[in-house]
Amino acid sequence: MPGSQLMLHLLLFSAFGIVCVAGAVNLLVQRHPINSALSLVVVMGSLAGEYLLLGAEFVAAVQVIVYAGAVMVLFVFVIMLLNAGEEEQTQGSRVAVLFGVPGMLIGSLLLAWVLVAHSGTQAVEAGALPGPPKMLGWLLFHDYLLPFEVTSVLVLIAIMGAVVLAARPESAKREH
Amino acid sequence: MVPLSYYLVLSGVLFACGVTGFLIKRNIITVFMSIELMLNGVNLSFVAFAAQWHALSGQIFVFFVMVVAAAEATVGLAIIIAVFRTRETLNVDQVNLLKL
Repeated sequence: MPGSQLMLHLLLFSAFGIVCVAGAVNLLVQRHPINSALSLVVVMGSLAGEYLLLGAEFVAAVQVIVYAGAVMVLFVFVIMLLNAGEEEQTQGSRVAVLFGVPGMLIGSLLLAWVLVAHSGTQAVEAGALPGPPKMLGWLLFHDYLLPFEVTSVLVLIAIMGAVVLAARPESAKREH
Repeated sequence: MVPLSYYLVLSGVLFACGVTGFLIKRNIITVFMSIELMLNGVNLSFVAFAAQWHALSGQIFVFFVMVVAAAEATVGLAIIIAVFRTRETLNVDQVNLLKL
C-alpha cells in the first residue's frame, strides 16, 4: 500500500477512536441519563466505523442496527417512561469518584503502556478480515448451527421474561 | 497500518470507562448503560484479533455477544421498570434491601 493510504488508515482510526473515547467520557460526566444514552449512541456509531476499517462489514451493520438502533431506542424509551431526572450525589458516589477516576486513569495508562511497548503485535491492514458476509452466514448456519439455535431459545426466554417482569401485578390491576 | 495494540488500547480504555461508570454512577439506567459500554469494548478486541489472525470466528463471537447483550438489555430494563414500580426511585443507593 502506498504511504498516503497508510496515513489515511491511521488518521481514520484516530478520528473514530477519539470520538469513541470522548463519547465514553461524556457518558461518565453527564448527569442526566438521556445525555448519557445519546453519548452511548455516539460511541456505538464510531465503533461501527472502526469495524468498517477492519473490514467487518457485517458486524458494523449489526452494530448500527441492533445496538445503536434497537437497544438504545429501548434505553431511551425506558428513560422517558420512568421520567428519569438528574441523578443526585450521595456520600457513596463522592467516595466512588475519588477512588474510581484515578483508578481508571492509572489502569488505562498501565494497560496502554504494556500493550504498546511489550505486546510486539504486528500491524493490521485496512480491511484485513477475509471474506464477504456470505462466508460469515455460511459459517453461522454450518459450523455454529447449534449455538445459533440455542440463541433463539435464549431470545424467546428473554421476551417472556421481559413480559412477565414488566407486566403490572394482578393486585395493582384490581385496584384500578 | 495501525498496529493491533492500538485497537486493544482503545478497547481497554472503553472497558475502563465502563467499569468506572458502573462504580461512580448512581442512576440505575446509567449503570446499565456502562455495562453495554464494557460489552462494546470487548467486541472491538474480538474483531481486532479476528483481523489479526485472518479468522472469521471472531466475528461470529461478536454476533453472539450482541444477541446476548440485546436479550440482557430487554430483561434488565424490565427489571428496572419493576424496581421503579415498587420503590419509586432509580437511585441505586436507595435500593439496598431485598425486602420492601
